Amino acid sequence: MARIGVFVCHCGENISATVDCGKVADTIGKLKHVAYSTEYKYMCSDPGQTLIKDAIREHKLTGVVVSACSPRMHEPTFRKACAEGGLNPFLCEMANLREHCSWVHEKNELTTEKAIDIIRTQVEKVKLNSALQPIRVPVTKTSMVIGGGIAGIQAALDIANCGHKVVMVERSPSIGGHMSQLSETFPTLDCSQCILTPRMVEVAQHPNITLYTYAEVESVEGFIGNFKVKIRKKAKSLDEKACTGCGLCTTKCPQKKIPNEFEQGMGMRPAIYVPFPQAVPNRPVIDKEHCTYYIKGKCKVCEIVCPTKAIRFDQPDEILDLEIGAIVVSTGFDIKHADFFPEYGYGKYKDVIDGLQFERLASASGPTAGAILRPSDGQVPKNIVFIACAGSRDPAKGIAYCSKICCMYTAKHAMLYKHKVHEGNAHVFYMDIRSGGKNYDEFVRRAIEEDYVNYIRGRVSTVYERDGKLIVKGVDTLLGAQPVEIVADMVVLATAGVANPGAEELAQKLHVSYDSHKFFAEAHPKLKPVETNTAGIFLAGACQNPKDIPDSVSQASGAAVKVAALFSQNGLTREPLVAFVNRTAPPMYSTCVGCFLCQSVCPYQAIEREDFKTRDGKIIKTVAKINEGLCQGCGTCVALCRSKSIDLYGYSNNQVYAEVVALLNEF
Amino acid sequence: MSDFEPKVVAFVCNWCTYAGADLTGTSRIKYASNVKIIRFPCTGRIDFMLLLKAFANGADGIIVSGCHPNDCHYTSGNFHAKRRWIMFKELMDFMGIDMNRITFSWVSAAEGAKWADVVNATVTRIRELGPYVSYKEMVDKSVEEEVKNG
Repeated sequence: MARIGVFVCHCGENISATVDCGKVADTIGKLKHVAYSTEYKYMCSDPGQTLIKDAIREHKLTGVVVSACSPRMHEPTFRKACAEGGLNPFLCEMANLREHCSWVHEKNELTTEKAIDIIRTQVEKVKLNSALQPIRVPVTKTSMVIGGGIAGIQAALDIANCGHKVVMVERSPSIGGHMSQLSETFPTLDCSQCILTPRMVEVAQHPNITLYTYAEVESVEGFIGNFKVKIRKKAKSLDEKACTGCGLCTTKCPQKKIPNEFEQGMGMRPAIYVPFPQAVPNRPVIDKEHCTYYIKGKCKVCEIVCPTKAIRFDQPDEILDLEIGAIVVSTGFDIKHADFFPEYGYGKYKDVIDGLQFERLASASGPTAGAILRPSDGQVPKNIVFIACAGSRDPAKGIAYCSKICCMYTAKHAMLYKHKVHEGNAHVFYMDIRSGGKNYDEFVRRAIEEDYVNYIRGRVSTVYERDGKLIVKGVDTLLGAQPVEIVADMVVLATAGVANPGAEELAQKLHVSYDSHKFFAEAHPKLKPVETNTAGIFLAGACQNPKDIPDSVSQASGAAVKVAALFSQNGLTREPLVAFVNRTAPPMYSTCVGCFLCQSVCPYQAIEREDFKTRDGKIIKTVAKINEGLCQGCGTCVALCRSKSIDLYGYSNNQVYAEVVALLNEF
Repeated sequence: MSDFEPKVVAFVCNWCTYAGADLTGTSRIKYASNVKIIRFPCTGRIDFMLLLKAFANGADGIIVSGCHPNDCHYTSGNFHAKRRWIMFKELMDFMGIDMNRITFSWVSAAEGAKWADVVNATVTRIRELGPYVSYKEMVDKSVEEEVKNG
């Protein structure tokens, strides 16, 4: 007979503030088959777990229901505690009293009654749980890092230095990401390329890292330790082994009027190009969309001039099949571009630019070789206005969040401007200055106090042109919302950081969650900031939300440790919550009739055929069989099976029907 | 009818709607306490006979919710659930079951507020519809007829 123990947690006051935990424990204690019922303030604490372990032994419990927070939070904790108490961990279930009851309802009788109902349902379920053994699966000790920005580079190097293989996949022709576009970095004003490019080279030369640039993830299947990944290596129209990177083709290409992505459209590039001089790998690619040969069928100047005959116009895309054990997603971010800010004249006035464009203007490797010159006429702007929070913290624009990096880079921009244009005036419109971080606030104070940047607290309503000058209209809220009008030569918008285009598509390929802004979602906002909900896939950098370089690097190292920890084991254990086909005595063997409809709906190709044969090898019956190693336990086959021959451990038919009946009936 | 508190059962998937409902809690958004959640690994696991089982046991309304199309943790379970739902709906409608009592929705792990809206809208609607006694009557009647016809 079942002897169930129920442990009601107060979660400090998180549950007990709205649910009468004493009453709940008493009522549940009177249920049939409940051998023990108690309450405690913090069930997840050490004494709380000891309480459970002791009760298992003392009351000879055959099942445990911990009534506390969401199983997504602490199920592993309590299953482990049960195992230590001598109970099979899969005989422990959680009743979600916190997220699904106490936090979402008012304090009243109904809430307490609902809590009792939730527990009753789990008691009925746990009675039907089976003692299960974890499934062992192998681990492929090769990781994949998607995205070669600073986060991806850090993660790849850390994993590679632990002695594990890394495959890095980068969409563009070079690694480096946004950091390679920056001029200087806050709060030290050291040159971005000077600190980044050695790392890029290290990636390219590391014996444990295989670099695929101009490549994208085509599909991801499988599970932790055993992913099967397809990568599309886009045709570079180049034999990379033959090419020496001399660059002659890029100088001779007759098509030279293509906006340069690396320069944020502030310069031009040819159709065969290397994104920037320090690119890794330093080999050109042909942009098929703009190449005269691909458009008109003739030209081939690059092929003619190439001294090593490395150009391959007929090169096809290549699909690579890889076995991968863990994945780090570090695809970075983008910023809001043209037309999102008509009120600031962006896209209409040439001298209204965004933060990344300013980085390129200020960069020694940029289109002006580091001179701050306005795009319209190449003059030095005498008055420059920086508008912080362009789009960010603006629910009306659909972006309620803070982009985090803009306060700091705006202070940096103003400083760089003042360092280069000593007689110029820099004005910054801001909502609040958010400069949390080591030496960050000091940096902003320096901009204001030592470089005399004029900070105006208030928002800008409009930017328009009058007599060839940009008129910036805003308010100064520290002067009682007094209107301010500044005649500017150039305006720089600190536009909101947003998810990269294609982030949603990638999330769907990886089966990881993402938020309404298409940023990838972490498994827990505080305690699992690096993990995703999909085991074996980790996050690094701004693909999760906008963050600065130190944060991206820290998170990348965190992700790398998670991968290294995974690879430190020779095999993994996986939850055995998988489907199974029932077995009966011969001559029936199973109620399965062998229709194999389940095979067509299984997303993991986990359903195989099993023959039952006579002694002389004659097949009596063929039934379905689940490959436990492949099954992920979605249960689609269970709901589909017409003869009800497949069932799912943890969510069996008996269990879910018992739950429905328990939930709706008084006891 | 004003003091009628409907019983609503929610069948949700673990990865999107269950996590979304967790977020509703973390965000402390309040909603009607009439709804009780049963967790499934995936909407693809939900056998729609469970819905009838719930009505037979006195449920007044039902919510089925999972990941948005293309977001399924298991690639395609929600598509199978949707196909099954389309067939099931036609059949149930034909048999005279009130389809206004079932809400089929997609709520992602990031849509805590949406989950509260879905629950509140469903509870309000079911409250207006009143207790679902006609289901039990219909089932009892059909059993009687079957007995009579041998």
